[in-house]
Amino acid sequence: MGCSVLDHCVTQEAESTDVPPSLLASGLLALKFPIILLTMTKLLEWVFGVSVIGAAWALVTFDLLNLRLPVAYKEVAWPMPVYLLVVFGCYSLATVGYRVATFNDCEEASKELQDQIKEAKEDLRKKGLKM
Amino acid sequence: MASRKGSHQSRGNGDKYSVLLPTYNERENLPLIVWLLVKYFGESGYNYEIIVIDDGSPDGTLEVAEQLQRIYGEDKILLRPRAKKLGLGTAYIHGIKHATGNYVFIMDADLSHHPKFIPEFIEKQREGGYDLVSGTRYRGDGGVYGWDLRRKLISRGANYVTQVLLRPGASDLTGSFRLYKKEVLESLVERCVSKGYVFQMEMIVRARQGNYTIGEVPISFVDRVYGESKLGGNEIVSFLKGLLTLFATT
Repeated sequence: MGCSVLDHCVTQEAESTDVPPSLLASGLLALKFPIILLTMTKLLEWVFGVSVIGAAWALVTFDLLNLRLPVAYKEVAWPMPVYLLVVFGCYSLATVGYRVATFNDCEEASKELQDQIKEAKEDLRKKGLKM
Repeated sequence: MASRKGSHQSRGNGDKYSVLLPTYNERENLPLIVWLLVKYFGESGYNYEIIVIDDGSPDGTLEVAEQLQRIYGEDKILLRPRAKKLGLGTAYIHGIKHATGNYVFIMDADLSHHPKFIPEFIEKQREGGYDLVSGTRYRGDGGVYGWDLRRKLISRGANYVTQVLLRPGASDLTGSFRLYKKEVLESLVERCVSKGYVFQMEMIVRARQGNYTIGEVPISFVDRVYGESKLGGNEIVSFLKGLLTLFATT
């Protein structure tokens, strides 16, 4: 959506000034990136987030940039994905369990409704409703 | 201000609330829900109308609606029936066309939603100027009557998955007891493509996308006064499919 507006601006600008269109195009391409970031779908947000974290993890665990980090860093980083998944799983179970246990049972609401139904039927019958 | 305390004072500041009631085979429930709506709107003094959108119910719902119209007046009960069952989204679109209010309530006609919450919705909307106010069963003293453990587990579990995936900014996405500003409802319904539970979820997600403000009111949901409500494997599968579609496209 926003990108086509930018493309349109590029061609208009290029036609009206002396600036080479390719320079403008690459400048505006750089602006497209934040727009993509802002209008990402939830799926893309997850893919992006997981990629960033995954890259950082791989960097530390497999020493991809030859940073010569202390062995302790690698030992801690290596099991992190599984560990975090387990923690998330436990948190999810606990949260859903807690929410089910504290789910309000509206006894009074049901009773009130039953009483009001009786009252309504009586009143409507008086007003001439044939049920 | 004296008008705040008097329950029979007319809250005249030009706001009118249209209640959309899509019905299908609600011959028994329709008079009761209309009676309750008239009671609570009458007591609160807000200006209102009730629009009954019947999808060609074979059990005579429309006939009962006509009787109600004679009792309560054609300015309060509007009948806008359709020939056959055409779905909720189109029912809302159809109803909005005939709504003369500037705010629209949507709710179920089977008595699972109680009109006693209507003044709370209206006050909440005025408090924050919200574009939409959603009734929630999951917060505050909201809750449900008539659900067994299995049903509660499915409900909370599905809601949790939805919260993690969509982060929608509302606690109850599949609820259908809501108050919308009329133009907001119009704009959202046009953009939604899903059906059933997922349709209500999509409305909230698109509202979030459009930067509309969302308020919440705890409500009690009394499940199926007249009969059993089933949630089988098919419904769960189609819910998950709809959820994943929303996840990938919004």
